[in-house]
Amino acid sequence: MTSLTLVRRIKARPSIVFDAVTTAEGIAQWWGPDAGPVLRAEADVRVGGRYRVRFRLLDGTEHESSGEYLEIVRPERVVMSWRWEGGQEDPGQSRLEIRLRAIPEGTELTLTHALLHDDDTRRSHEHGWSGALDKLQAHFADSRQGSET
Amino acid sequence: MNTQERLGRTFSALVDPTRRAILARLERSDGASVSELAQPFAIRLPAVMKHLDVLADAGLVTRSKSGRTVTVRLRPQPMREAMDWLRRYERFWSKSLDRLAVLAEAKEAEARRKGR
Repeated sequence: MTSLTLVRRIKARPSIVFDAVTTAEGIAQWWGPDAGPVLRAEADVRVGGRYRVRFRLLDGTEHESSGEYLEIVRPERVVMSWRWEGGQEDPGQSRLEIRLRAIPEGTELTLTHALLHDDDTRRSHEHGWSGALDKLQAHFADSRQGSET
Repeated sequence: MNTQERLGRTFSALVDPTRRAILARLERSDGASVSELAQPFAIRLPAVMKHLDVLADAGLVTRSKSGRTVTVRLRPQPMREAMDWLRRYERFWSKSLDRLAVLAEAKEAEARRKGR
């Protein structure tokens, strides 16, 4: 698992969640790791189309991520490439996939952000190695004890 | 080597189940000899040495020689970088999805009010 996966249950139907994820108007309202504003959002939602989101963090720094839509299955699935502008945060390219599944209370959203920057890593995706990072996580849970403030 | 290349090396070194087992074994001890590491596996010593080369190139283990014994130790720094990568995106997406849920739920409530 060279990737991060998060699952959320949302009390809204998949088409509504899909629109919030794939329209510039929607993206502008939720994108970013803190309460800082989205400064610009563009989304050309078709395979080969591009998105670009620029946002400001509460610490005043501005960041921009952009990429290309690789797969779109409305309202179930959207896959896009991801790259940070400037690349300080993470210079490589990664892959973002958002899957939506209808459940009785609304939508189950599964987000997977995968590192994708060279052939080795692509190979590791193909082979898969679930559990490895769980082990690493356990290791660091142990080794970090007492060092965190 | 930049961070991204190091991350790639870490991840690709970890693809192989034997190498993961070697690291798991080293996690439980403060170093082990090459023959101790080879023991649980149905593979020959030279094959183990090759796996150790890959792990050492990725900076995941160190080897030190004392007399005729080579002691292998876990070097956790590259794993820490891999974990940092994951944590950074976890923070980003966790907060983003919180707000996405709030937005979508408000839109759902609005659609229901309008009888759609």
